[in-house]
Amino acid sequence: MALVCFGITNIYSSTFDENQPELFNLSRSIGKQLIFFGVSIGVAIFILVAPSKVFERFSSIIYLATILLLIGLYPFGNTISGSRSWYVFGGVNLQPAEFAKVAVALAIAKLLSEIHIDLRKLNSLVQVAFVIVFPMGLIFLQPDAGSAIVFASFLFVLFREGLKPVYLLLIVAMICLFLLTLVAPLPFVYVSIFTLVISLYFFSKKVNKKVVLSPYLIAIFLTSAYVYSVDYIFNDIFEQRHRDRINIVLGKEVDTQGIGYNLNQSKIAIGSGGWEGKGFLQGTQTKGGFVPEQHTDYIFSTIGEEWGFKGTALVVLLFTFLILRILSRAEVQKNNFSRVYAYSVASILFVHFFINIGMSIGLVPTIGIPLPFISYGGSSLLAFTILIAIYLNLDANRLNEASF
Amino acid sequence: MIRIFLLRGLTVVIAIVFLFKLLELQVVNTSYRTLSENNAILEIADYPERGFIYDRNGELLVANQPAYDVMIIPKNASPFDTLSFCELTGITKQRLIFNLKKARRYSKQLPSIVVNQISKETYAKLQEQMWKFEGFFIQKKSLRQYQIDHSANVLGYVSEVNTTDLKKDDYYRLGEIIGRQGVEKSYEEYLRGVKGKRYLQKDRFNRIIGPYKEGEFDIASVPAKDIHLTLDASLQSYGEELMQNKRGGIVAIEPATGEVLALVNAPSYDPSILVGRQRSSNYRKLANDTLAKPLFDRGLLAQYPPGSPFKTLNALIALQEETITPKTVYRCNKGHYYARGAFMECHCDIGTRNDLSRAIYQSCNSYFSYTYRGIIDKYETPAEGVDRWKEHLNSFGLGNYLGYDLSIGRPGHIPGASYYNKAYTEGQWKAPTIISNAIGQGEILTTPIQLANFTAAIANRGFYYTPHFVKKVEGDSIQKRYTKKSTSIDAEHFEVVIDGMHKVVERGTARIARIRGIEVCGKTGTAENFTRIEGETTQLTDHSIFIAFAPKDDPKIAIAVFIENGYWGSRWAAPIASLMIEDYLTGKVKRKWLEKQMMEGSLEDEYAKPVSGQAFTINE
Repeated sequence: MALVCFGITNIYSSTFDENQPELFNLSRSIGKQLIFFGVSIGVAIFILVAPSKVFERFSSIIYLATILLLIGLYPFGNTISGSRSWYVFGGVNLQPAEFAKVAVALAIAKLLSEIHIDLRKLNSLVQVAFVIVFPMGLIFLQPDAGSAIVFASFLFVLFREGLKPVYLLLIVAMICLFLLTLVAPLPFVYVSIFTLVISLYFFSKKVNKKVVLSPYLIAIFLTSAYVYSVDYIFNDIFEQRHRDRINIVLGKEVDTQGIGYNLNQSKIAIGSGGWEGKGFLQGTQTKGGFVPEQHTDYIFSTIGEEWGFKGTALVVLLFTFLILRILSRAEVQKNNFSRVYAYSVASILFVHFFINIGMSIGLVPTIGIPLPFISYGGSSLLAFTILIAIYLNLDANRLNEASF
Repeated sequence: MIRIFLLRGLTVVIAIVFLFKLLELQVVNTSYRTLSENNAILEIADYPERGFIYDRNGELLVANQPAYDVMIIPKNASPFDTLSFCELTGITKQRLIFNLKKARRYSKQLPSIVVNQISKETYAKLQEQMWKFEGFFIQKKSLRQYQIDHSANVLGYVSEVNTTDLKKDDYYRLGEIIGRQGVEKSYEEYLRGVKGKRYLQKDRFNRIIGPYKEGEFDIASVPAKDIHLTLDASLQSYGEELMQNKRGGIVAIEPATGEVLALVNAPSYDPSILVGRQRSSNYRKLANDTLAKPLFDRGLLAQYPPGSPFKTLNALIALQEETITPKTVYRCNKGHYYARGAFMECHCDIGTRNDLSRAIYQSCNSYFSYTYRGIIDKYETPAEGVDRWKEHLNSFGLGNYLGYDLSIGRPGHIPGASYYNKAYTEGQWKAPTIISNAIGQGEILTTPIQLANFTAAIANRGFYYTPHFVKKVEGDSIQKRYTKKSTSIDAEHFEVVIDGMHKVVERGTARIARIRGIEVCGKTGTAENFTRIEGETTQLTDHSIFIAFAPKDDPKIAIAVFIENGYWGSRWAAPIASLMIEDYLTGKVKRKWLEKQMMEGSLEDEYAKPVSGQAFTINE
C-alpha cells in the first residue's frame, strides 16, 4: 500500500513536472524534453523490473564507468556556456555530472554497507571521502561548481551513518565564520573569536579545574588563520562573479542591471504572480523572456509568475513530502545498502531543492543547478528518474523480502 | 536520534522558510507586481487628435499634421551605439547627451522625448533599427497645421509642457503638448480631449510583441472637441493687412451678442512659424523684439487714457444724473478757465455756443468740463460725486477685468474717491482738481477691448454681453454662458449721444469715416503718451484712436481702433475703422484709394524716432 501511495505521489509529481516545461519552452525544447521523458519512462520501467541485487553488485562498475566518462570529458567533451561538461551525440547533449550523482550514491551505499567500514575510524573515512571527492573534483574542474556542490549532500548520508558530529559542527562553524568574515570588518572578527574562545576557556575552567590553556590558544590561532585565508581567498582567488553572487545574498550590493539581473528579474517574476498567479501562459515576465535561463535553472520563477503562491507552495510541499517520505522509508529498510542509497537520494533531492528554490527567491547565492524533474534538461531528468527508479526498486524489494 | 532527524528537520525548516519567503514575495509585498508591469509592459499614451478650430462662418483655421518623437524610458535603456543613433536621427552627440541627462533627471520610469519631431523618412529608417536601442521607442503625435497666416494672437500656440506645467497639473507628462496663449490655452481641456492608455507586451529585447492581454486594460481616449471662434476670418485678415507697418490694435464686437469679430494686433506674425523644429528659434526672435513687441497683444493689454471717446460716457452719466439735458448749452471761448490760472484749451472758435449733440461732434473740451463739474458737484462732497461717477463707468465694464475667455487682460483704471484721497489728501481736492477726467485724460486708463465694449453698450442703448472669442464647442453653444449686463444708464438717454456720434462722421471730426449707404456713428480721440529716453520723460506723438459702430439703428458691429503714435484720431484710426465696417457689412470695399492709402501708410519713421538717439519733433 505504501508503495502504491508513494507511486501515486511520484507519478503525480512527475506529471506535474512534465507539464511545466511544455508550458513555456520553445517548441524545440518541448520536443526534446518529451523525448527524454519517453526515454526516462522506458529506463524507469527497465530498472523497476530488474532484480534488485544487480545494483549492489554492479555499483562499483557503474562508479568506475562514470569516473571514466568524467575524465573523458577533457579530451572529448563539448564546451557549452563556459563549462566542458557535455557529450554531444547528434543534437542530444548528455551531462555525465548528473549521472555521477547516481553512481556515487550507489558506490557510497555499497561501501558503507560493507562490514569493515566504520566512519568513526579515520581509515574508513578517508576511503569514503575519496569516493565522493574524486568525481566532485573532476566536475569542479570542468568548471561546474554548481554540480560539484551537490556532492556535499553526501555529508548528510555520512552523518546518518555514524560520522562524528564534530566534523559537521566544524563545517557549520567554518561556514558561519566564512559569512561573518565577509559581512563584518576583519578586526571585529578577530576580537570576537578571541573573546569567545577565552570566555569558553574560563567557563570550562570553572567546571573542570584541569583544563589547560594551550588547546584554546591553538584554536584561536587556527580560526584566525582560517579567517585570514577566507578573506584572502574571497578577495584574491575567487572570480568576481563568485564574489558578486555571494555579496548579493548578503545584501551588500544591489546592481539590478548587471550581475544581480537574473535574481532581480526572477524575484520580479515570482513576486508579480501574487496569490493566484497570472494564469497558464499569461506570465508577462516569462513571455517577454526577461529571466535568463528561465526554462532551466530559473524554472521556479515561471511557476511563481503563472501559478502564483498556490503553485509555488504546492511545489515546495510536494518536494518536502517526497523527501520526508523517502527518508522515512529509508529508516525501515532491512539492508544497509538500500538504506544508505535511499538516504543518498533524499539528500541529493534536498540539496537541489534547497539551492534551486533558494536562489530563485534570493535566499541562496546563485548556483546553477536544476530543480529536479521540473527544469528543462534531458540529462537531469533521466538521471533523477534513474535515481528514483533504483530507489523504488530497492524499496519494493524490501516488501518482497518481507512478504516471503 | 539526531542522526535520523537532522535531514528531516532541515527539510521541514527550509520548506517553512521558503513558504514564508514566497508568501512575503508574492502576497504581502506588492511592489514587485508594479515592477513587472514596468518591465514587460509598455504603457503608451493614446492621444486623441487635438480639436480643430473654425471661424464663425465655419472656415477651417487650424488643423493637425502628423509628427514622430523618439522617446526613452531611462530605466529600460542600456548602452547603445550613439554614433549610429545620431546619424539616423540627425541630432548632435552633445544634444543627445544633454537630452538623455534631462530625461533621467525627469524620471527613470516615465518616457521623455530624446529627438523631437523627426520626419516621415527618418521615421521609416529608424523604425527598422529600433531594436538596437533598448529603452527607446517612437511615438506618433500630431502638430498644429495652420490654414491661415493671421489671428496668431487669438489662436495662441501650443508647445511642450515645461517643468512648471508638470508640477501644476499631473495630467501632463514630459513631451506632451499644452496650449499657450489665446484659445489654445483657455480651451485647452476641450481641444486636447483626454488621453487614453494602451498596454503593450514587450520581450527583453525591447521589442513589442503585441497588445497586452488583447487590450483588456486599455483605456480609450476621449476625443477632443472642435471649437468655432467668434472671429470673422476675412475681417480679421483684412484688419491685419490694414495694420501693416503700424503698431496698434483693432477690436470689433457684435453688439447684440458680445462676440468678438476681430482682434487685430500689429505687428503680428504667422502662427505657422511656431510649429515644428524651428519653433524655438522663431519664438526667441519674437520674444526678443522688445521694440515692436509682436507677442504683446495690444487689444487686450495696452492701457491708455482713452481721450475724447470718453466724452460720450460723461455725457450719458450727466444725462442720467440729470445735471444736463440734451438742450443744455455751454459757451466756449477757445477753451475756458477751470480754476484760477488754469486754462483748458479747446479748438472751438471764440463765442461758440454748443448744445450736447454739437459738443460731441465738435469734441468741445469746455462743454465736457462743465458737464463733469456738474456731475461731481451734484453731491455734497466731491468724493461722493466721484464715486457715483465711477459706479456708472464700472457698469460699462471699465476699471476692471472684462471676464472674456482669453487668459490675458488688464483692468484699466477708473479713479475713485479713495484714489484721490491718497493722491491729494482728503478734503484737499474738488472737481477742478480732477477736471482732466472730463475729456478722458488724467488718471483714467482703458484697454482697446474695453473701448470696443462700451461702444457696443452705447450701440445697444444700455447693455452689453461680455466679449468672447469662442462661439461654440462642438454642438454645445457657448452663448448661454454670457448673460446680458445692463449699464446704469436708462435707454432714453442714448439717442442724443448716438445722434452726436452720428454727426461726428457726417459733419464732425471724422468725416473720412463716412460710408455711402451706411449710418456710421463714431468718436475720434487722441491720447497723449510718454516714454523715458535716457532717464527723461519725453512726450511722443499722440496715439490715434477711433471708436465706432454701425449701422446706427441696427448695430451689427462696434469697433475700437488705436494706432500708436498716429496723432489725430481722424488720420489713421478713423479710416481704418471705417474700412473695417465697410468690409464687414458689405463684404466689399469700394473706397480703394483709402484702402491703398491705409495699407501702404507706414509709421515706422515715427517709431524710429525715440530710438534714433537724436532730437525729434512730435505731432507733425
